[in-house]
Amino acid sequence: MGFLETNLPYIMAGVSVGGQYALIAIGYTMVYGILRLINFAHGDIFMAAGFMMVYLSASLPLYLSIPLVIILTVLLGFLIERSAYAPLRKAPRMSIMISAIGVSYLIQNCAWYITSGLAKQYPAIPWISESVTVFSSTTKMVTVITPVLTFMLVAALVLLIKHTKFGMAMRAVSKDFETSQLMGIKINSVISTTFIIGSFLAAVGSLLFFSNYMTVTPTAGSMPGLKAFVAAVFGGIGSIPGAVLGAFIIGICENIIKGLGLTTFSDAFTFALLIIILIAKPTGLFGEKSTDKV
Amino acid sequence: MLKVNNLKINYGGIEAVKGISFSIEQGGIVTLIGANGAGKSTTLRCIAGLIKPRSGSIEFLGEDITGKDPAAIVARGITMVPEGRKIFSDLTVLENLKIGAYLRTESLDEDLKWIFDLFPRLKERSWQLGGTLSGGEQQMLSVGRALMSRPKLIMMDEPSLGLAPLIVRDIFEIIKEINRQGVTILLIEQNANMALKTADIGYVMETGRITLTGTGYELLTNEGVKAAYLGA
Repeated sequence: MGFLETNLPYIMAGVSVGGQYALIAIGYTMVYGILRLINFAHGDIFMAAGFMMVYLSASLPLYLSIPLVIILTVLLGFLIERSAYAPLRKAPRMSIMISAIGVSYLIQNCAWYITSGLAKQYPAIPWISESVTVFSSTTKMVTVITPVLTFMLVAALVLLIKHTKFGMAMRAVSKDFETSQLMGIKINSVISTTFIIGSFLAAVGSLLFFSNYMTVTPTAGSMPGLKAFVAAVFGGIGSIPGAVLGAFIIGICENIIKGLGLTTFSDAFTFALLIIILIAKPTGLFGEKSTDKV
Repeated sequence: MLKVNNLKINYGGIEAVKGISFSIEQGGIVTLIGANGAGKSTTLRCIAGLIKPRSGSIEFLGEDITGKDPAAIVARGITMVPEGRKIFSDLTVLENLKIGAYLRTESLDEDLKWIFDLFPRLKERSWQLGGTLSGGEQQMLSVGRALMSRPKLIMMDEPSLGLAPLIVRDIFEIIKEINRQGVTILLIEQNANMALKTADIGYVMETGRITLTGTGYELLTNEGVKAAYLGA
């Protein structure tokens, strides 16, 4: 068998998990772009969306529980911003970062409390959990859907940011709060919307990710969250295309390493990559020239 | 049109404005001159809603607008050209103009035509990023952006700062032209000479207080003003 045939399952898995990282990474990069904040709670929002699905699907049909998970995740992201970050708008940046770390642990601890720390079985979603054969290798439908859905959502987001009035306001606010206010832009609603979009994408990401991995634990958000964050830094934090590209690169490399039989090192690879990027090109692939120190 | 009554503003831990009162009549050009740190910018930023006053009141067209947020102030017809121009460097020239009309929902075609007639250079460069313009062009864009909200009163914070003398003259010509078209102007300047020649009424601010008032001509010929601000 040739290289491609042997490695195709790993590449497909890599593209799939890369798409899932991308959906999370966008939330990191957008929030950073507008608030210069690394939202440490973002991975935990992703995890919370996983548990919401576990509990809601237990008593509701999927056509209700899926939209409800998305709505509640968006609401969670919105409320976190309003209660933990908005009051610190004029505080030093370190305060808001510490607040973000606090929120991260709060969500994790709540999850421990509710689940007693036990892993929960993620519900099988018909169709996307089904098996499918692509070029003689069998995989789940979700592997094929993820990159397509990711691409569509990213395209919609880029259109929103580049070509709508609201997107223009987002770009303005990310550069200059005060002058944006002078234009009549309400910066708090722009920031809220950023968190809403980020949480929405994290909810979609969680549906795809947990359909693939099948169990949710209270710390399930940490590793994907961290890798999505690395992807955002790799692409140049603040840049959406950068975050998406970074996520796909990390996802694919990670799975190729697994395919080479070095599964033990696949996580280490991600972080080694981060160190190398930070040394070689601190601003990432598409990073802004002037970065703020955090 | 605008009535400021006994306005006191704390800013950066000090009382930057210590109870000033002044008024602006519709259709005029009013200037506030004074040294650095006299409280001119703070006063403008307070009227624009960026900072809240400690006490006193601001009335615009008979309505109390004290402490309202910036979007509410813009919606009522007051706009500001900030110090240092503050162009959105990653937005195109056209986007910079459109964002000036952020609160308006009607078609902007006529407004854009109006701005491009006033500033033909901006039309040539409408697809360039704001950050690629020269200082003078950025100042024109900043003024054009402010006009896009169709203001009744436009406040300008040091529009001549950092510009070459020839460009400064252009800017003042434009200020007069905008005023002829019916927009009332409140101008802050360190270039007191140009400001007083352009303005109908001038106020001199010193360490948070208004110390002198008069027509532009009266202040230009006042011995104290000459000595302190005109370098004569």
